[in-house]
Amino acid sequence: MTPLPRADQVWQALAQVPDPEIPVVNVVEMGIVRDVRVEGGKAVVTMTPTFSGCPALHAIRENLERAVRGLGFAEVEVRTVLFPPWSTDSITPEAREKLRQYGIAPPRPAGESGLIELEPAPLRCPRCGSLNTSTKNTFGPTLCKSIHVCNDCREPFEGFKSV
Amino acid sequence: MNETLQSALIAKLTALADDELILAHRDSEWTGHGPILEEDIALANIAQDELGHATVWYGLRSALDGSDPDRLAFFRDAGEFRNCELVELPRGDWAFTMLRQYLFDAYEALWLFAARNSTYRPLAEAAAKVVREERFHLQHTQAWVERLGLGTEESRRRMQAALDMQWGYAQQLFVPLPDEHLLVAEGIVPDLAELKEAWLERTTGHLQNSGLKLPLQMGYQPTHREIHTEHLWSLLAEMQSTARWDAEAKVW
Repeated sequence: MTPLPRADQVWQALAQVPDPEIPVVNVVEMGIVRDVRVEGGKAVVTMTPTFSGCPALHAIRENLERAVRGLGFAEVEVRTVLFPPWSTDSITPEAREKLRQYGIAPPRPAGESGLIELEPAPLRCPRCGSLNTSTKNTFGPTLCKSIHVCNDCREPFEGFKSV
Repeated sequence: MNETLQSALIAKLTALADDELILAHRDSEWTGHGPILEEDIALANIAQDELGHATVWYGLRSALDGSDPDRLAFFRDAGEFRNCELVELPRGDWAFTMLRQYLFDAYEALWLFAARNSTYRPLAEAAAKVVREERFHLQHTQAWVERLGLGTEESRRRMQAALDMQWGYAQQLFVPLPDEHLLVAEGIVPDLAELKEAWLERTTGHLQNSGLKLPLQMGYQPTHREIHTEHLWSLLAEMQSTARWDAEAKVW
């Protein structure tokens, strides 16, 4: 009988699962996977949704399960937790750099903000690096992104919302 | 949690979810019809967020009574919905839609902010999550109220007409459910009377700074969530038609 994989191997497999909407980053470096436990022949993966209305959640859950099952587990459970709430602060530095190269301005530090706070500083243009940019729309093509324009290189670009 | 408390909480979660679901549907009616592309996208995002919040509240209810969120959304008739009347009113013009969303967002953001301290942990955790999304709405709709209120004579007239119509309806957001005081006493949900003060202070200040006048007469103020306008029937006829035609249309 081949021994079942350890938790660190499960983490490695999960790091191969791309974010369905931004495929250059994976779900682990986006901070979506919270915990992995191997109990007997069963793997338990705990994840947290990014935005509660994110339509990619079903796909993410299925992809996580498939990746872990592929390691040989007969039973895989994917649990969802809401707390602590997902924050863009959980995105790793490597993933931020991948986002920037992909053309999406990485989020600013979110921290604990008040009830309503306007976006404070401008986002850095992922193309030319200028900070001379303006927000065109707080809402973008997906729930997690906003739309901006660079006033120097004149390119429009997407930015990751800070939550 | 004893049985009385649990059924009070189920009723409250249903009201919260129904408000979000019906408002999301009204907002979604603008998809493809927004005044400019960016705003079309923004409102579609807001609708999607509110739908996500509805899923969260139905989910909390489901954990208590095993109910199926899809059945609740698509197979209840109008008389079984517990949303407030404000959210079911037809979408009207852009000023009407933006004002309604603003009045609702201000209420929802304050409610969620307070509900983070709920003694019922699943609710506290959900509120902490949802409030982070809600502030983007409030920021957006607050700016629209100001833009139209201080815009042209025509935009101000439309915004004022929307306010005259909606101000009384909006008060229903602060009418507690019959057993809600039991939940407040246990610290499970925030006290609506306290929230109303904060909401009035925030909204009246902003409305007046936007060149609008608060109606002298409050107008019609709905008080019972069992009662609905005729508009809910036609809204549901459209929203539920796919699921009712094809019961296997499970994913929404």
